[in-house]
Parts: sequence; C-alpha cells; structure tokens
Amino acid sequence: MQTNQLLAMFCGALLVLGLVAYLLGRSKATRVRASGTAMYAQPDQYAWFTVLSTAGPALAIGAIASFIMLLLGADIPPMLLLASCLAIACVGLVIGINMVRPDFHARQAIERVIRFILAGAAMISIFTTLGILLSIVFEAVRFFNMQNFWDFITGTVWNPGASFLEAAGRAEEGATAAQFGSVPLFAGTFMITFIAMLVAIPVGLLSAIYMSEFAPQRVRTVFKPVLEVLAGIPTVVYGFFAAITVAPIIVAVAGFFGLEASFNNALAPGIVMGIMIIPFISSLSDDVINSVPDSMRQGSLALGLTRGEMIRDIVIPAALPGIISASLLAVSRALGETMIVVMAAGMRPNLSFNPLEDMTTVTVRIVAALTGDQEFGSAETLSAFALGLVLFAVTLTLNLVSVIMIRRFREKYRVNNL
Amino acid sequence: MRQSFDDISAQLRARHRRSTRLKWTSMGALGLAVLFLVLFFADMTVKGLPAFQQAQIQVEIDYSEQASQLPLAAVNEDVRRLVSRGYLRLIPGRMRDNPELLGTRHMEWVLADGQVDQYLKGHHTRLSANEQATVEALKQEGRAELRFNTTFFTNGDSKMPELAGIASAAMGTVFTLLVTIAVAFPIGVMTAVYLEEFAPDNRFTQLIEININNLAAIPSILFGLLGLAVFISFFGVPRSSPVVGGLTLALMTLPVIIIATRTALRSVPDSIRHAAFGVGCSRWQVVRDHVLPLAMPGIMTGSIIGLAQAMGETAPLIIVGMVAFIPDVTNSFTEAATVLPAQIFTWAGEPDRAFIEKTSGGILVLLAVLVTLNATAVVLRKKFERRW
Repeated sequence: MQTNQLLAMFCGALLVLGLVAYLLGRSKATRVRASGTAMYAQPDQYAWFTVLSTAGPALAIGAIASFIMLLLGADIPPMLLLASCLAIACVGLVIGINMVRPDFHARQAIERVIRFILAGAAMISIFTTLGILLSIVFEAVRFFNMQNFWDFITGTVWNPGASFLEAAGRAEEGATAAQFGSVPLFAGTFMITFIAMLVAIPVGLLSAIYMSEFAPQRVRTVFKPVLEVLAGIPTVVYGFFAAITVAPIIVAVAGFFGLEASFNNALAPGIVMGIMIIPFISSLSDDVINSVPDSMRQGSLALGLTRGEMIRDIVIPAALPGIISASLLAVSRALGETMIVVMAAGMRPNLSFNPLEDMTTVTVRIVAALTGDQEFGSAETLSAFALGLVLFAVTLTLNLVSVIMIRRFREKYRVNNL
Repeated sequence: MRQSFDDISAQLRARHRRSTRLKWTSMGALGLAVLFLVLFFADMTVKGLPAFQQAQIQVEIDYSEQASQLPLAAVNEDVRRLVSRGYLRLIPGRMRDNPELLGTRHMEWVLADGQVDQYLKGHHTRLSANEQATVEALKQEGRAELRFNTTFFTNGDSKMPELAGIASAAMGTVFTLLVTIAVAFPIGVMTAVYLEEFAPDNRFTQLIEININNLAAIPSILFGLLGLAVFISFFGVPRSSPVVGGLTLALMTLPVIIIATRTALRSVPDSIRHAAFGVGCSRWQVVRDHVLPLAMPGIMTGSIIGLAQAMGETAPLIIVGMVAFIPDVTNSFTEAATVLPAQIFTWAGEPDRAFIEKTSGGILVLLAVLVTLNATAVVLRKKFERRW
C-alpha cells in the first residue's frame, strides 16, 4: 500500500477516535456533574483530556516507529504498525474515559501536555540548525575522503571537470586530474563582497545619519519604508537587473576609458548586491543611532559643538558597536548571496584583483555542482557540501561576533529594543 | 596666541559649513538609494511591459483533410512562417473535436510567431526581407497587430517565446507557499508562545533564542543543501515537488515568524495577563483567550512579510530541483513544479531576445504580488495598531 494512503487512513481513523473520545469524555463529565458532584474542571476540559490521551500515545508511537524504519532500515509491516497504533489509541481512549473523575485535575494535565508540545515546537529551530550542520558535515566528510582537505583549503586551481571522466571510469582520458583548490572561489567571493560593501556601507550609513539626525519626522516616515522596498525585491530580480542592465553599462563605461571589461565582470554583481544591502545597513544603523541617549547630544551641543561635529565625534563613536555589527551581518549576507552572482558573475574560477574581469564565487560553484548531470556521490557534487561547510563556518562566525558587538552596545546604554 | 573675534567667527563659519556639508552629503546618499530604486523600477517596467502584448495575425485557415495530418498545410505557404508553430500544432486536435470544421475555410486571428512579434515591436529579428515585407503588408491591411497577451497568463512554460506563460509557475508558487505557511505558521507561533509566555529563563531557552537569531542570518542556499540532504536523500520526498520546496522555505521563514510573533506578544501589556490570572485562568487559557487574540494583527503582519520573503526566494529551490521545465499546470503537491522566481531564472538563461521580455514581464507580475503582500501587511499594521 502507498505511504500516503496509509497516512490518510491513520489520520482518518485517529480523527474519528478523537471525536468519539471528545463526545464520550464530555458526556461522562456532564453526567457526573449533573448528579451534583463538584468537579475540579469543566466538562470541556475533561473531553479534551480524553482526546489527548487517545491521540497522543498513538501519534508518538507512529512517529517513533517511522523514524526507526527510516534510520535503522528496520522493516515493520505497515499494516501491523497501523493496527498497533490504533489499538494503542483505543487503550488510551479507555484510560482517558476512566480518568474522568471529580477529583482529577484535567486542566493541569492539559496544561502540562500543551507546555510539552510548545517546547517541542521550540526545539525545531535547534533541529534545523543541527540538520543543516550534520547534513553538510556528513557529505563534506565523504568529499574529504576523496580529496585532500589541505589541497582544498590552499589549492589555487578549481577544475572539477575532470572528475566527470573519473566517475565514468575513464580517468586516463582526462588530460589532468580533477583539482579542487578553493582559493580562487573565495577570492572571487571576497572581491564581490568587498565591492558590495564599498557601495552599501557609505550609502547606507549616510542615509541612516540623515534619517535619524537631520530629516524631519515627515521625511523619515516616507523614506524608511521606501528604502525597505529595496530589501523586499527578490534576489533573482536583482540578478537579472545586474546581468541585463548593469553589466552592459559597465562594459560601455570601461570601454569609454579604454579598458577591457568582461560581460560577467565582478563589478556588476558587486554594485547590485551593494544596492540590495543598503536598506539592511541603513535600517539597522538607524535603530542604533536612535538608541544613543539624547543626553549625549544635548551635552555636546551645550558645549558648543556644531551638529556635524556632534554626529562625527559623539553619536557615531557611541553607535559604533551597533554599526559594526550591522556591517558584519551585511558581509555575512553578501558572502552567502546566490542568485545575483549566479546570474551576473562568471563561472570561471579566476584569481585576479581586476574587478572588470569575470570571477566566480562559492555559491555559484555550489549551484553549478548540484545542477549538473553528475551522480550524487561524485566528487564534484560533494564538493558543494565542502564549500557549504566553509560558508557556514564563516557566516556563523560573523553572526556571532555581530551578536556580541550589539550586546556590548546594549549593555553600555541599557537599550532594550535592539 | 590670541585670536581676534574675526578669526573665531571665521572658524565658526567653517565649522558650520562642514556641518551643512555633512547634512547635504547624507541627504545625497539617501537620494542615491532612492534613485537606484527609481531607475530599477523604470528599467524593469520598460523592459517588461511589452510582454503583456503579443502579435496576432489574421490568416485564412484551411481545415482540409491534409491539414488534419499535416498542420502546416492549414495555412497558405506565404504566411506559414509567420504563424506560431505551436499554435498550428493544435489544429488537428481541434478538427478531431469539431468534425464539422472539415472542408471549411475561415479567416481567423491567430498567434503570430515570436519573430513577427519582435518585428512589430521594433526589435531585431531573424525574419528575411521577404517575410518582413509580408508582415508590413499585413500590417497595412490591418491584419497584423499587437493585442493583449492572454497566453502569458494561461500557458505554462514553452521553448517557443510566443507560447511561454506563467500559469504553471503561478500554480506551483501557490502550492509551495501553502506548504510553507501550513508548516511555518503553527510551529513559529507555538515557539514564540513558548519562549514568551511559558519558558523559564534558563540555558535551554537561551540556546533556542541564540539559535533562532542565528537561523535568521544563515545564507539561504544552505537551507537548500539541508533540503537536498535531509528531505530528498534521507526522507525520500519527491524532488522538484512543492512539498520539498515548501518545507525548505518553511524552515527559512520560521525565524521571521518567530521574531515577529514574539514582538507582538511582548507588546500585549501585562495588565491583561494579570487580570486573566486574577479571575482564575490557567496559563494556557490566558494565552489562548486573551494574549493571542490581541497579538494576532502583529502575528499576521509578520507572517505576511515572511511569506513575501519566501515567495521571492530562489537559491534553495534551485538546489532542491524546482527549476524544472514545466509546460503543464501543476495540480498536486508531489508532482514536479516550478515557482515564479525559478521561472524567471530559467527564462533569464534563454538566449532568445524575446525571453528577456518574458523575464521582465514575469518580474513585473512577481513584484506586483510582493508589493501587494507588503502593502497588506502595512495596512493591517496601521489598521490594528493599538497604543496601550
């Protein structure tokens, strides 16, 4: 029988049992109450408790059994599993009905179960992080069994193409062995990130300064959401914009100055990524600058500073931890940004400092490795996970440092809303 | 050294000039950012608007015996190249469904070939001089014109630009987002309720908190790797399906919803809770009957924003295979499907000039939906905003 049919039967049966449990629990509780006995809880609460005692164990057993089947490959006949789950549900129903007694605190019992369920939901975020880490590490280890870790970190040639022939058992036909040296990929990534920051940090920070220090309230309420529109534009759209509009402009401008530029130059994705990140920096910096206590502004103005000097010498230094934190988060975003570079940066690993040349990035190679027609176990496919692991490590570090910086700021000025 | 008053006032002037300069520079930065936005929207609109128009030409269709076998024979040879081949292919089927058509001839408005479309829009085409003359003549007679492009909204993807549309991608988006919201919304709200209303402040909850903030900052492509390794390889969820795409996006949206919900819950004043506890409510009853309903507008706003983010996301979906070529409209959660951003990505990779137009057209539709979603969120917030 199909898995989804089985699942549908299970859910259907459980729903019916749950309904029966509710009605029986409620009617029993109502009967007891009608007989004049004082009860600790309302009939509804007893009814819900019966439902929980019916469905809860059955769901738990079903989930555990499916996990065992998937993880250990144990072969439990599905019909047997279904039958035993429903049997447990029936037992739970009987027990639940029996528990409907005047001295039973049904409300507290429900409360405990709900607290348990809510805590379980909260665990999912931890599971997700663990899942990301484990799945990437697991596949990356398989990759490092095939390729030397040190060569991966320090190698300057990324040439996975030859592994295609190796995987087909025709290694000798490839002129060179596959090489997985990630340095050019990271160089390209950092170059594009650097260009993005060159655009985003000055524009974003100055916009934030204007909005929080100079602009009248009216201007601020208009322009803050307008800037946030920039953040809401999907990255695939930015990628198209970079490839179709910005790259040709850069080629033309470079040509005007007598420079040769590639159509996949690093400048176009860098600039567009910078534009994408502007609202991110401006919005965070704006919050931070606004949280600098007004007493500091008043004090510095009273000492005769001009507004500009106050901002430069008092407000910005005070807000610096927050601003650095925002910039680090922005760097982390730029490093992991995918669609813009997939569409507008090159595919060729190129170790160069000229932003007019084509370059590739880590995320581009991850996408390339996983959308090719390779089998899943091949070195090229697995290299995506190795790259992902390094990306994860770098962005995690940046995020954590940024959290520490913002916490320091918060403690210094006792701000609550950051 | 003593300074004269003139020196001091000159110094002051210079200092104030510097201050004003900072004001104008920062204003200029904001202006630059807004200018980017304006340029971007102008560029996309100019490129994308033509996609909503499509060339049609009026030709005589000959429903002959021969045409039911060989669809090309249905139109006269001199205009054959000008009619969309994909359209002609439908003719035998139509003749089978309506037998009375056999042997008749009709003048009909039909979909023109993509090249004719580009010619009429004044772009470079691959039409020969002869064919261009024919189109020109048809245009003079009023038998070739640009009309509103319904195909774009009713068709799935196609390798022929004149037939390519966004219907299948739109349907795929709907299915994927349904999965996303069905998973992310309850889990997100439950997590937030736990952290705000139930959890004690201990190591465990701090760990969860740090985790959620960290998840919000992890690059989206890594969620794609997670989806590939866990959902597809491990659990065997069908590749390219709305289920796997939706689950991946749900994990990505989760932190957004959690953070928004926590803010909303925190803004409900404690007096409400004290009052409810005071009349003997249990913790869950306080949350369910009093705090959650009051926080709902804030939760909805956050969820809509999270949904809009998920809707524009592409990178993780590429990794889990949702960039498939999908000509038919999907109607199941487990079949291969594509979503609007992925469709845009696919079209952007097509070399044909006509696809640039399609891509920009798709972008305009996507942006329109996203702007509507975000505007809804803003309106909701304005409408239900409450100062306690």
